[in-house]
Amino acid sequence: MASTVSTDAFVEFDRVQKSYDGETLVVKDLNLSMPKGEFLTMLGPSGSGKTTCLMMLAGFETATHGEIRLDGREINNIPPHKRGIGMVFQNYALFPHMTVAENLAFPLEVRGMGKSEREDRVQRALDMVQMGDFGGRRPAQLSGGQQQRIALARALVFDPALVLMDEPLGALDKQLREHMQYEIKHLHENLGITVVYVTHDQSEALTMSDRVAVFNDGVIQQLAPPDELYERPDNSFVAQFIGENNRLHGKVINRAGDAVLVQLPDGKQCEALAVNCGETGAETLISVRPERVNVGGAAGPNTTEGRVLELIYLGDHIRCRMNVHGNDDFIVKVPNAAGHKHLSLGETTQVTWATEDARALDPIS
Amino acid sequence: MADVSLTSPISAPTGAALTTADGKPLKAALASAQARAKRRAFFLVLPLLLFVLITFIVPIGQMLHRSVHNNSFTEHRDFGTNERTPIMTNLGAWFDENPAGTEPDEAAYAALVADLRGLRELRAQGQVGTRINYDVSGTRSLFTKSARRAERLEPPFKEALLDVDEDWADPELWRAMRDASSPYTLNFYLAAVDLTRDETGAVVQVNENRRVYVTLFIRTLLLSALITGLCFLLGFPVAHLLATLPLRYSNLLMILVLLPFWTSLLVRTTSWIVLLQSQGVVNDTMVALGIIGDDGRVQMIYNQIGTIIAMTHILLPFMVLPLYSVMRPIDPSYVRAARSLGASSWTAFRRVYLPQTVPGIGAGSLLVFILAVGYYITPALVGGSSGQLISNLIAFHMQDSLNWSLAAALASLLLGGVLILYWLYDRLVGIDNLKLG
Repeated sequence: MASTVSTDAFVEFDRVQKSYDGETLVVKDLNLSMPKGEFLTMLGPSGSGKTTCLMMLAGFETATHGEIRLDGREINNIPPHKRGIGMVFQNYALFPHMTVAENLAFPLEVRGMGKSEREDRVQRALDMVQMGDFGGRRPAQLSGGQQQRIALARALVFDPALVLMDEPLGALDKQLREHMQYEIKHLHENLGITVVYVTHDQSEALTMSDRVAVFNDGVIQQLAPPDELYERPDNSFVAQFIGENNRLHGKVINRAGDAVLVQLPDGKQCEALAVNCGETGAETLISVRPERVNVGGAAGPNTTEGRVLELIYLGDHIRCRMNVHGNDDFIVKVPNAAGHKHLSLGETTQVTWATEDARALDPIS
Repeated sequence: MADVSLTSPISAPTGAALTTADGKPLKAALASAQARAKRRAFFLVLPLLLFVLITFIVPIGQMLHRSVHNNSFTEHRDFGTNERTPIMTNLGAWFDENPAGTEPDEAAYAALVADLRGLRELRAQGQVGTRINYDVSGTRSLFTKSARRAERLEPPFKEALLDVDEDWADPELWRAMRDASSPYTLNFYLAAVDLTRDETGAVVQVNENRRVYVTLFIRTLLLSALITGLCFLLGFPVAHLLATLPLRYSNLLMILVLLPFWTSLLVRTTSWIVLLQSQGVVNDTMVALGIIGDDGRVQMIYNQIGTIIAMTHILLPFMVLPLYSVMRPIDPSYVRAARSLGASSWTAFRRVYLPQTVPGIGAGSLLVFILAVGYYITPALVGGSSGQLISNLIAFHMQDSLNWSLAAALASLLLGGVLILYWLYDRLVGIDNLKLG
């Protein structure tokens, strides 16, 4: 995340800060660069500054400090309508007094395009989202998913190089949302556009993105591809925010290269991968994914006793809440595979995890 | 498979009437099931229905009736005994026997004298004289004078009456009496648009110096349109500000907009007099600042300017509130979407924001215009002579000249005009696009 202008960067935030009231920073020192054609998701809880970043990129908010560049050109002082960025809004923002076709023709019309070419393009855009027969309808006559497609088509019809999406699937039901996720992903792949997508839904972010920027407290906590984000979180916030996570508080008692030995509150010790922890004597937090814990397997460096507190049958796996190292909320996912270990309530069993699956992170939160 | 038996009566052939489980026709069963709820709902709205009927529909019906009906030439009502007596029957019979345009002969004059004697007995000559006076001015005294002397008149009555006053030979007077002898007439509508009938019964314009109503109608419409336009120009930005400001500021601003509503109309109008009169605050300030000389004080009240200023102020909330109620729910993302799609801020306003406020503009304009067209008290107080509107003249005919039929005709024309506007609005914008709040 260097602040120098990189040649292949299409969208670039360079030390951007934003404050609304002059007292607190909503976005703190944001540096981000993304290449052309990437699908980047800004993920974070509400109030983390992700939507503000999107609005600054679209031109509806001005950066208090720093530079935003699009295709090598500084755009801080360019009004939104001259940026040529397509945008899909959370509530779709389809103009209610225009038909679907008029909505789609609007960006072409304000660009002074001729009537026949306009109609051509509108039809092509409608066909692209499989809504070819709906040109004469009003937005109010369409279902949520159809409105979503039209909003998408309208943001793409004038061939913008960059498309911003502000929680576009937030208002849809679960099934439709998942369907639309794939559709947006395919559109992105087929058209080769660059997309900045804002959401607070982590599964959406993991499904669609090339890279995900996890926001918290106005700072990007980690910027990485989905698999890396899930498997190798940089800090406790990311580990906690993405997916499920077992946390064990402890103190570093020995550090040797990448491995640390951590003293746990119940007096036992645990070996972990040093990712974001201090030297000997520092507080740390070990993060272990529930599906990386092995029940009743061969003993290893991190084998301990676990007492079963709760069992929930979920079909493909059994979710088991255990007491491990004095932590009552230790979750283990036991796959419902042939010959898996059958647990019963109150039973004490051996649980094991590999050293590289236990990540020693910063102790806060 | 249980739902098959449930849906089977519905999917029965459409020719057969559907029945309930015990064989009652479904429609009748539905009606009786809903009858109780419908009855209750009806009784709930009944008081309002009666109220509207008694205070609104009936008076308007009466007004419309009175504008075409005036029986003060044919019937006398004793206010003490409430007894109704037909009058001018002899002359009425002569008018029935002889077609319009017949020269009044001795028989006509004899009938007239007989009727005048009858009037004298009932003391109804003033009422009849007033009625004819509406059409032919200066005839009221003719009736009172002649009725007083009718008892002593000897045949031949034509000479005798012409001896009393030779105005009795005026063909216009006879034409007016013939018209008035039937209680139903459209003459009041003619009078309301500065028309009258000549002695042959043809419709002509009245004398130039008596043409007032058409001018006043036009002035009323023009001033109302101007006031509506001013209210729109002043109210639109305020409503937009109200709709977009954070709630705590917009509440304060809303109070300022509503403040005129909470003040008496008279107090507001009087304060405009204090502000705008020649020795008023505005003129004094301009003189003190040296903008105008002491002898060049601007006349801003007791004329049209006064009417326009005061009425714009009073009617402004009626424009702001419907606009506000339409603008408040317009999501700012519409304009943002338009801007992101390449529209400049002006284009985004014109193409995306403004069309969505049309229901509010329509409702506000219609409301302000209709209120302005019928406004009475403010023009009466600050309008002087050039700022009077048609309603001031209606009031004049109701209270001073007591020509209620003409007042009713003028009011009916006003009502008709407003209804036409309403119809036009419906055709152009659609009444379902009207949003009052």
